[in-house]
Amino acid sequence: MGLLDQKFNSGSIIITRVDDLINWARLSSMFPMTFGLACCAMEFMSAGTTVYDMDRFGMAPRASPRQADVMIVAGTVTFKMGDRVRRLYEQMAEPRYVVSMGSCSNCGGPYWAHGYHVVKGVDRIIPVDVYVPGCPPRPEALIGGLLKLQEKIRNETLMAPKAIEGWLAESEKV
Amino acid sequence: MIKPEVSAYGEILIFVIAGILFIVGGLVTSWLIRPKRPNPEKSTTYESGEDTVGLAWGGFPVRFYLLAIIFLLFEVEILFLFPWAVVFAHEGLQEATSGLWGWFAVVEMFIFLLILALALAYAWASGFLDWPRPDWEPEKAASGPVPKHLYDQFNQTIK
Amino acid sequence: MMDFEALTGKLAEHLGGPLWTETDPSATPGALIIQPENLLKICEALQKTEGLYFDLLSCIAGLDNGPEKGSMEVIYILHSIPYGHKIMLKVMLTRNKDQEPLPVVPSVSGFWKTALWHEREVYDLFGIHFEGHPDLRRILLPSDWEGHPLRKDYQHQEKYHGIKVAY
Repeated sequence: MGLLDQKFNSGSIIITRVDDLINWARLSSMFPMTFGLACCAMEFMSAGTTVYDMDRFGMAPRASPRQADVMIVAGTVTFKMGDRVRRLYEQMAEPRYVVSMGSCSNCGGPYWAHGYHVVKGVDRIIPVDVYVPGCPPRPEALIGGLLKLQEKIRNETLMAPKAIEGWLAESEKV
Repeated sequence: MIKPEVSAYGEILIFVIAGILFIVGGLVTSWLIRPKRPNPEKSTTYESGEDTVGLAWGGFPVRFYLLAIIFLLFEVEILFLFPWAVVFAHEGLQEATSGLWGWFAVVEMFIFLLILALALAYAWASGFLDWPRPDWEPEKAASGPVPKHLYDQFNQTIK
Repeated sequence: MMDFEALTGKLAEHLGGPLWTETDPSATPGALIIQPENLLKICEALQKTEGLYFDLLSCIAGLDNGPEKGSMEVIYILHSIPYGHKIMLKVMLTRNKDQEPLPVVPSVSGFWKTALWHEREVYDLFGIHFEGHPDLRRILLPSDWEGHPLRKDYQHQEKYHGIKVAY
């Protein structure tokens, strides 16, 4: 267990300032994991090029989940891939975030009715923070989603969220 | 005013200390603020999401090490070329020796390169750069029932 | 390049009589409709006879005509690179009902290595067993998938590895 994580029970001035510092550090260096599953990956790649320049948000794609903070699920998640997605998410270092990019990973996309092989939304496998609609979304949309994620991180606090606290307490009982 | 005297080695020492502090500081900070909730799946070896097969202690052909050593040779050569390139056109030395210095430096460096090239040639002649090739022959591989001259005719038509 | 009549004539001559049930010259390319037990003989003649030399298997397709008609088809499209011939083979099968064994076709992977993967795909999606295939496993779907999705009466399973399948 880290020294500070979940050690604060109530908010105060000090913890607010520490929160600000840590959140600023986290949201300014969100390393996405290169994780292209379908055509959305092309848009993801072009979001990393000089034209859209993802680097200006401190986002350098990493090839290993151990070094990544954000998993951008770019494309169609098949059931065969589903197990891998879940494992890769588990292998990422915490705190970790998921951006679901494109209709396929949001809800199954064009495969929602007859796609026997497609997971109807990656949120059935892993918790998603931001959904980016589009088929595929343009790089601007992806960057918009990443900015939303930054806003979300900005409001986080070192006090563990109540849901996780409850879950931890429950698992300790068992 | 006190003017601190730091020798060249002292500068390197400061550099090393600063480097160590930088790394240790980063590690300690992340140890302070990181969440840690390991689970069996998270602790598995990263293998692109697949199950790992076999052990990491597999054997590699020893040829890779030979190649690496030969590569290192030329890495060192580049390392020596840099300081040489700095003093090679040194104006003061050029004037003091009325231009002889440049010739001396060039000849010296070419002798050095020649020795390295000889080493490479020796390694080549000794067969260290050879790679075992699969004994694959295209005539044997194409063993269909169709005689070869028909394919040759076909290749003529699409030229 | 021979037309379809000349092609079937030469083939029948070599086989000692037509081994197919009927022909369909209007198909593109012209088709022979055959029973599975004659497939290997016809394939061997097509590949090895001088003047035919069908050395390229372009594709294998499966076809499910539905439980009402009770038939399935496997369709082979063959090319001859030296001569430019084309031909289609349609193998007619009886569709299996629930709990019955899968319909069986002999594997043509002994003649064309391409068939190894194509037959795995047809097996995966249609549930047609290829006898003599050295490694008949699913190729696209996960190995623990239930059912063959391109069949007309396919019902997907409720959950796969704890993930709900339906939308």
